[in-house]
Amino acid sequence: MFSQPLSNANSRSNAGLLGIEELDRAEIDAILTRARDFQPLQSQSLKKLDTLRGKMIVNLFFEASTRTRTSFEIAAKRLSADAISITASGSSVSKGESLVDTLNTLAAMRPDAIVMRHAASGAPHFLARHLPTPIINAGDGTHEHPTQALLDARTILDRRQTLEGLRVAIIGDIAHSRVARSNVHLLSKFGTQIVLCGPASLLPKELAQLAPGVTLTTDIREAIKDADVIMMLRVQLERQHEAAFPASEYFKFYGLRLEHLDQARPDAIVMHPGPINRGRELSSEVADFQRSVILNQVENGIAVRMAVLEKVIG
Amino acid sequence: MAALVIKNGRVIDPALRTDRVADVLIVDGRIAGVAPDLSSSRAQMMDATGLIVAPGFIDMHVHLREPGFEHAETIESGSRAAAAGGFTTICCMPNTKPVNDSPTVTSYIVERARQKAVVNVFPIGAITKGSAGEELAAIGAMKEAGVVAISDDGMPVMNSRVMRRAMEFARSYGLPLIDHCEDLNLSAGGDMNESAASVRWGLRGIPAASEDIMVARDLLLAELTGARYHVAHISTRNSVAMVEYARRRGLPVTCEATPHHFALSDVQMPPYDSNYKMKPPLRSECDAGAVTDAIAAGTVAAIATDHAPHPGSEKMQEFERCPFGIIGLETAVGLAFERLVHPGRISLARMIELFTTGPDSILQLGRGTLATGAPGDVTILSPDREWRYDLNQSSSRSRNSPFDGHAFRGGAVATVVAGEVVWQAA
Repeated sequence: MFSQPLSNANSRSNAGLLGIEELDRAEIDAILTRARDFQPLQSQSLKKLDTLRGKMIVNLFFEASTRTRTSFEIAAKRLSADAISITASGSSVSKGESLVDTLNTLAAMRPDAIVMRHAASGAPHFLARHLPTPIINAGDGTHEHPTQALLDARTILDRRQTLEGLRVAIIGDIAHSRVARSNVHLLSKFGTQIVLCGPASLLPKELAQLAPGVTLTTDIREAIKDADVIMMLRVQLERQHEAAFPASEYFKFYGLRLEHLDQARPDAIVMHPGPINRGRELSSEVADFQRSVILNQVENGIAVRMAVLEKVIG
Repeated sequence: MAALVIKNGRVIDPALRTDRVADVLIVDGRIAGVAPDLSSSRAQMMDATGLIVAPGFIDMHVHLREPGFEHAETIESGSRAAAAGGFTTICCMPNTKPVNDSPTVTSYIVERARQKAVVNVFPIGAITKGSAGEELAAIGAMKEAGVVAISDDGMPVMNSRVMRRAMEFARSYGLPLIDHCEDLNLSAGGDMNESAASVRWGLRGIPAASEDIMVARDLLLAELTGARYHVAHISTRNSVAMVEYARRRGLPVTCEATPHHFALSDVQMPPYDSNYKMKPPLRSECDAGAVTDAIAAGTVAAIATDHAPHPGSEKMQEFERCPFGIIGLETAVGLAFERLVHPGRISLARMIELFTTGPDSILQLGRGTLATGAPGDVTILSPDREWRYDLNQSSSRSRNSPFDGHAFRGGAVATVVAGEVVWQAA
């Protein structure tokens, strides 16, 4: 009504990738299928394609990240794109330049895409309204982390025919998790049953309205019962603005231990976006468990990000 | 002798219970009479045939940013925006730099307004020194210098004992106390209404309870102290119900509503658009409906804009870093027509009341009427004028409004202050 004169924050006019929520099933399928093409490449001795030769990608990380940044960098290089990584410390950001000014400066150097991580929810959506350069969201605050959900879906589909009808439990600090939100949007579009589980103070009831097929529970056993997939979230202490739960109790009630897995389906897999905190959100035994696919997720991250970069720039 | 006669308008003055076609004569800045066929040989003539002639509109809640933040707004630019919105009188909140917590700052604002403002400007003084919530400001001395109310708007007093003392002083000086009701511990870090949307967008929420808790506390303290107490920008259904209850029990308690809180709700907010970021935040549809109902029922005494200018550079940031507030002086009357009068929720006379006798009865300015001898302030309205809000043409120094480009039907067409035409629609 009043929003007509304003551009939609989720606009895809510059064809980046801001989130999963605004993608449709066909678009997601296309990325996942393309990622599968790139998977064999990861184990070949010659890993490079020249798809994006001459293209320039700027990785702009305003928040500490090792794996996502490295994964995007490798994905770019495997497609022969030139990739430059900038972290907030040591850049103009620490000299007090505004986000818009920083991005305008970078955009003036004509990169073909900007991969961006930022601690503020919606920061890439805000920039996408003001910049012509496609922006790929590598995690915005507590909002979305679209490539994580894509690589998670790829990892599940490496072991299951379809996402439809699966029961996926996502356990941990849901309130502050961009991984959870992106996964909920993706899985829901494919008819997955999603159970979100965590301490009550980290599980706002409005999460049930995030997408169809979502239920909530504060009981980890109920969440795991008959689950095909158990996704553990990192307990993000750096996102805790207050003491929302007693940290000393966390593992006792929400840490995943081997005995929990008896409740899940016999072929259930355990996932984690990393980095893992052994003994906090999952026991060491679970981390090293045979049906833990945590390292497969990392490996798939490159194939999925190659597919995303190709879609956005190629 | 300077004289102005406004001819043939439909004169609606709720204070005088008048609604008839007549002329309004203003001589030497004061109303000289309202009657058919008034004339004065040397009077300037203004034809108001087909238009509504009302007492000058009062906005009891604006931020003029001067002194200290003149890049966002000045007393002059804010007063021009007021005139362009049909307001003849505005009351400015004390969160300037320095805070208006002493007669020196009050006098400065009064003097600047006298030199620069095109409408009447009345300052509101701080409750506590620096609005820090601890030590009471020089309330009596500020009253002598010209404040018409006290408030720590935006930095509300959390300490109930301090608030109690402030109410006791306010009562003894005959000043109303205006509170921005927000439990700062409960709302800390919040950027929008706590709702399905805040959870979806990963933004921290400001629960409605953070307003309700302070309204409840204040109403209890108002009962304890007998102070005249006013809730600024009421936005939740529970707060409305509590004010209604207090009023039914005869407490001298009032509240105001902003146009954005009755015209918009959080479901209309585009994601991460800082022009929809304000405090209190846009609430649920149910809350916005309750505010509208309270306006219609008479629980809300005044429409006030909470005009809060911020320069583009401050609103062009990550959503969570953007300051709270939108400008509203130029769109308030248009929104009142669109959301309240045209849909039949309130009569035109009631709308005029909300902009005139309503705020005047709270602040006791002796304005808001066309009674003979009253200040010669007049707002001329057209219920059917079609116009489009163009932010680039705004008189405000700031551009933070969600209503840019919005097509309105109905609004002010001329603003007269002390017999001078200070604004006319193009």
